[in-house]
Amino acid sequence: MIETSRQMSATSSSDRDNGSMLVVRDLKKRIGAQDILRGVDLNVAHGETLAIIGRSGGGKSVLLKHLVGLMQPDAGEIWIEGQNITRLNERQLGAIRQKIGILFQGAALFDSMTVAENIAFPLREAGEREPKVLREKVREMLDVVELEGQEEKMPVSLSGGMKKRVGLARSIIRRPKCVLYDEPTSGLDPVVSDSINRLIRRLQERFGMTSIVVTHDMKSAFAVADHIAYLHEGRIYFYGTPIQLQQTNDPILQGFLLGRSAEERGEQS
Amino acid sequence: MIARLFNALGAPLLRLVQYLGEVVLLAADTFRSIFTHKLRWKLFLNQIVEIGLLSQLVVVTTGAFTGAVFSAQTFFQFNKIGMGSATGAVVSVAICRELGPVLAALMVAGRVGAAMSAEIGTMKVTEQIDALRALAVYPTDYLVVPRALAMMVSMPLLVAECIAVGIAAGYFIAIFLLEINGTYYMANMVRWTRNRDIIMGLSKAFCFGILIVFISCQKGLSAREGAVGVGRATTEAVVNASLAVLICNFFLTMLLNIIYPAGYQ
Repeated sequence: MIETSRQMSATSSSDRDNGSMLVVRDLKKRIGAQDILRGVDLNVAHGETLAIIGRSGGGKSVLLKHLVGLMQPDAGEIWIEGQNITRLNERQLGAIRQKIGILFQGAALFDSMTVAENIAFPLREAGEREPKVLREKVREMLDVVELEGQEEKMPVSLSGGMKKRVGLARSIIRRPKCVLYDEPTSGLDPVVSDSINRLIRRLQERFGMTSIVVTHDMKSAFAVADHIAYLHEGRIYFYGTPIQLQQTNDPILQGFLLGRSAEERGEQS
Repeated sequence: MIARLFNALGAPLLRLVQYLGEVVLLAADTFRSIFTHKLRWKLFLNQIVEIGLLSQLVVVTTGAFTGAVFSAQTFFQFNKIGMGSATGAVVSVAICRELGPVLAALMVAGRVGAAMSAEIGTMKVTEQIDALRALAVYPTDYLVVPRALAMMVSMPLLVAECIAVGIAAGYFIAIFLLEINGTYYMANMVRWTRNRDIIMGLSKAFCFGILIVFISCQKGLSAREGAVGVGRATTEAVVNASLAVLICNFFLTMLLNIIYPAGYQ
């Protein structure tokens, strides 16, 4: 399995020039005394949905934050549509961030603004001031995320699932080429989780957006992904299709898929 | 022994230097942004309301009671040596040069500084600042610039208000309660209070405003570890801003006294 990631690493330097949406090369990050990322290699094609799975606290969210420049790596490179973003400063990253939307784990809605103001925020910041246009766009986005008529609510009065939908509407209103999802189904009941998965899939089909979904919810990963990458001990341990993952005999992957702790695996062997 | 002393002092000293560096860098970034990027007028006006308009009651009350009590205390002492009518001059100059700006700044640090660091800190720990950055909005432009400009505009006005109310309160106490002759009181006050005293007070107000806003915003932006972290950031913002106001007041007094010397000349 490790070989899969090695192959990716070997091909990545040519991939970054041949039109991949996103290429990550040998990304390393240390936080405090802990090596969170120890050399991550990834290659995401345009229009693809990649699920990054791994155990809680394994560095998935840290990796995701690097992809949009919210964190700076200690070593390695991130290329977005052929541009290396690791050496850009905060202001230069602005142009890159126009291409990428991100849905945060807690949705990160601006709690001083209504739902409509939250969703319209990126457009306002881009200079759109016409109330009629903003209203229309917000209504369209609420329609996409199936939250019609909730414009005037404040984030505090929304449920977890609704917050994520509003967060998603806000991140896609400028039609980014790529959307990053940080644990989109965490803390949600199975029915709402399923509706979020369907929404991710629908957005990908409707707008052709590249999606990167970070999750430890295997059901969600299988439901949305074209490819799945398993992050283990700071590296991509497995990269393949959901079917390849299901067919694997690797004990570490098996343990993760079946939700067995190392202790239990030890007992069985 | 000496090595141990250096070890004990080294870490806090480095932390202090790093902290001061972060405040200065934030200030530099903000001033750069003020001159190179478009101002968000709506946010600026909201902050004028928050910092300026809504702080008036606190500042006016502080000014009024400080002026009143200072007038009474000065009179009690001066009256013993037959200089009761000089009370007005002392009250006026002291309020303009020291009491007005310092006390108003301390009150604003408590009210506005705490609110700023708590609001920005909460945004930080709930990933709202990351969301701003991810939406290609530079947090300094959006959060710090409107607050800094609003503070620079509001603080001198608040201090002017504090000074005016303080002098007025001192006057009323002196005339109606302590029964000083109003004509002498007013004449001495006008004679000994110069424009430079007022300018000094307002200059201090401007500097204190800058101190409060950057210390509070930096604390908010560096908040971590959830609600506890926000609470800690808020407390530290108020304490640090208040201390900075008091410490800088001494140096500003010495510096500004060269430019605007006290006394009748």
